[in-house]
Amino acid sequence: MIKVNGRDMEWEENLTVELLLKKCKYTFPLIMVKINGKFIPKEKYKDVLIMDNDDVQVIHSIAGG
Amino acid sequence: MFKASKENQKLLTSFEFEPGKVEKGYTDRRLYINLSENKIEEKPIDLQVKETFTGGRGYGIWYLWDAVSSKTKWNDPENEIIFCTGPICGVTQYSGTGKTHVVTLSPETETVNDNNVGGYLAPFLKFSGWDLLEIQGKAKEDVIIFIDGNKGKVIIEEVPGINSDTYLLIEKLTERYADDEKDRRNLSIVSSGRGAENTNLGILNVSWYDVRRRKVRIKQAGRGGTGSVFRDKKILAIVTKYAGVNASSNNAAYPELITRAGQRLTKEILGLDHVQNGMREIGTVNLLDHMQNYNCLPVHNFKFGSHPDAFKINAKIWHQRMTQNQAGDSCWVGCAMRCSHAVDGFELTTGPLKGKKVLVDGPEYETTAGFGGNCGCFDPDFILEANFYCDNYGMDTIGVSTTMAFLMECYENNIINKEITEGLELNFGNAKAALELIHQMAEGKGFGKVAGLGIRQIKKVLVEKYGADAKFLQDIGMECKGMEFSEYVTKESLAQQGGYGIANKGPQHDESWLIFMDQVNNQIPTFKDKAEALHYFPLFRTWFSIVGLCKLPWNDIEPEDNKQKYHGIEAARVPEHVENYCWLFEGVTGKHLTSEGLILQSERVHNLQRLFNLRMGFGTREHDAVPYRAVGPVTAEEYESRKELYDQQLREVIKFDIEGKTTEEKMEALRDYREEQYQKLCDAVYKRRGWDANGVPTLGKIKELKIDFPEIVELVKKYQS
Repeated sequence: MIKVNGRDMEWEENLTVELLLKKCKYTFPLIMVKINGKFIPKEKYKDVLIMDNDDVQVIHSIAGG
Repeated sequence: MFKASKENQKLLTSFEFEPGKVEKGYTDRRLYINLSENKIEEKPIDLQVKETFTGGRGYGIWYLWDAVSSKTKWNDPENEIIFCTGPICGVTQYSGTGKTHVVTLSPETETVNDNNVGGYLAPFLKFSGWDLLEIQGKAKEDVIIFIDGNKGKVIIEEVPGINSDTYLLIEKLTERYADDEKDRRNLSIVSSGRGAENTNLGILNVSWYDVRRRKVRIKQAGRGGTGSVFRDKKILAIVTKYAGVNASSNNAAYPELITRAGQRLTKEILGLDHVQNGMREIGTVNLLDHMQNYNCLPVHNFKFGSHPDAFKINAKIWHQRMTQNQAGDSCWVGCAMRCSHAVDGFELTTGPLKGKKVLVDGPEYETTAGFGGNCGCFDPDFILEANFYCDNYGMDTIGVSTTMAFLMECYENNIINKEITEGLELNFGNAKAALELIHQMAEGKGFGKVAGLGIRQIKKVLVEKYGADAKFLQDIGMECKGMEFSEYVTKESLAQQGGYGIANKGPQHDESWLIFMDQVNNQIPTFKDKAEALHYFPLFRTWFSIVGLCKLPWNDIEPEDNKQKYHGIEAARVPEHVENYCWLFEGVTGKHLTSEGLILQSERVHNLQRLFNLRMGFGTREHDAVPYRAVGPVTAEEYESRKELYDQQLREVIKFDIEGKTTEEKMEALRDYREEQYQKLCDAVYKRRGWDANGVPTLGKIKELKIDFPEIVELVKKYQS
């Protein structure tokens, strides 16, 4: 189990940041990802693996209204 | 247009004044017009009012409070329509400083209403010498108010028998009042249309001249029926003329602070907008794709949050339709955001201008989501035609589309039928019927007469005349305080439910927009977090309206490293832009301002507005209630569409055993929980804001804010338990 924005989510092997964003349908272009508080640059989304029990933050920088 | 009816035109009165002297962003005087008495006067801004309410909407609400009583109705002569500027208004070195803020009593909410609108009016008014234009009374026949800021003259002229619709009127007025082509840029016109005369959903169009296109452009003061007040006073138009705007027009105290803030922001906009929100390319309609992808796009009267046909009206489509790289898309001088896009050469297929090729200002996100998603008409041509005619007739695209979506759901539920609609088949997706209804609303004919009342009054008609189920209509009629919801689905964001429900003027997103922070980012998970967000953000956004600014350059562009330097709510505040605003305020007025001081300025105005609601018989907890459609699924169809999500919430959060339960039983359990959550949210927000459990500002709070004037203390005491 991992946390994504504080909510529980099933973990699976070989779960990259890119795959996680796809599974969550997080399509917004301006996203900032942190794993256990560590910032992950966009160019590493394909490679960085999320491990079981990780705490992932996916912050959407959307202003709206 | 004017030549033909010349024999009927009559000068009613005129007034000469000393042309404006703006000192550190203020003129310290207001232009008062009484249309019943043909009276025009100069009045001072009291020093105590200036120190307490800062300017703009703060002034507007205070002087409206002074002008009316608790018994005044929106269409009584003593109601005023007040056009406000603000100390930062008109700065040309920083983006988004041209906003006019308009205050009046609303026909929809029956209490104080505020709107912000682009165009050149407020800067021209201020540089002509007026912090405020205050109009009371009612004319007998249609009038034009002409303010010549350079010559120092105001003229009120009677002009009966002229079609009030905006599109042709503003072209003719521009011809009439401009000395030559070059002079057209010195005019800003306020107009409305016949839809404002025949519905409660009237808007004001405020113009500027697009030099590149050689066209008059418009932005809208849209919510709450302000245009209906304007036409009820028989104002055909207000024309303001001022030549001579420059970087020093505000006589700023420390221009170098303004330059510093302006350079920092402009660099961000020019360097980052194309990779952030694309405001310079498509404006607010960039939101459409995100709302669809994250289930917040209103579809079929807010039943659903997405639709398979939404791609037909997505951002890419609008990028193709909107003319690109137009300098005239800035609705005030010097705005690098330049987000007032338009579609050129659009050929109308219906209505009085059928066959004519026109410029359509917009569409904005709300218009697209309202007519496209909520009415289920995923057709860009329909959206453009609806947008054009609503503007031309002076009707609110949000109010009209939300009302229409409600009527469509009523039609599909057999609450109304073809007999009642006089032949209109108001199914979701019927664009032809929707356009016909817009024309009928504007004309005040057929079923348009009912539709033009707005949802709150329509509900009464349907219950009293046709025996409709009042509870069901209450659940699906998306209005709060009498105003129709703007275009976001809030079911999965408790904070945004509060953002709409507790907003002073009604459910309009300009007081707070917390959906992503809450629903997606989950940055405000507790009641305390949500209450803090619903304290800070509405106050921060209020500030724009008291100093004369546009909200968009605050967070529709961000410094590249904002999210890395700051975290959580702090990042959402965009601290470097808050710093810009403090520099701007000090730069113009000479008064040092901290980020805390900024919030205090807003808090006084925000609380005054809440107290105004209270004075008019509203402003308590019961009036912050929202229809259940804003909170959760009203129908089994809605529940089933997101069954997995709702079942999970019942199982894991509510601990409700769903085994063997019918959809109706599950809906009931979910409703009990969600409605309770909303009340708990109100408790937390009221507490954070210094209000009592009934949502009334406490005596302690009004003393702390130094707004404990005798009349206010007396009012609050009546509500103390």
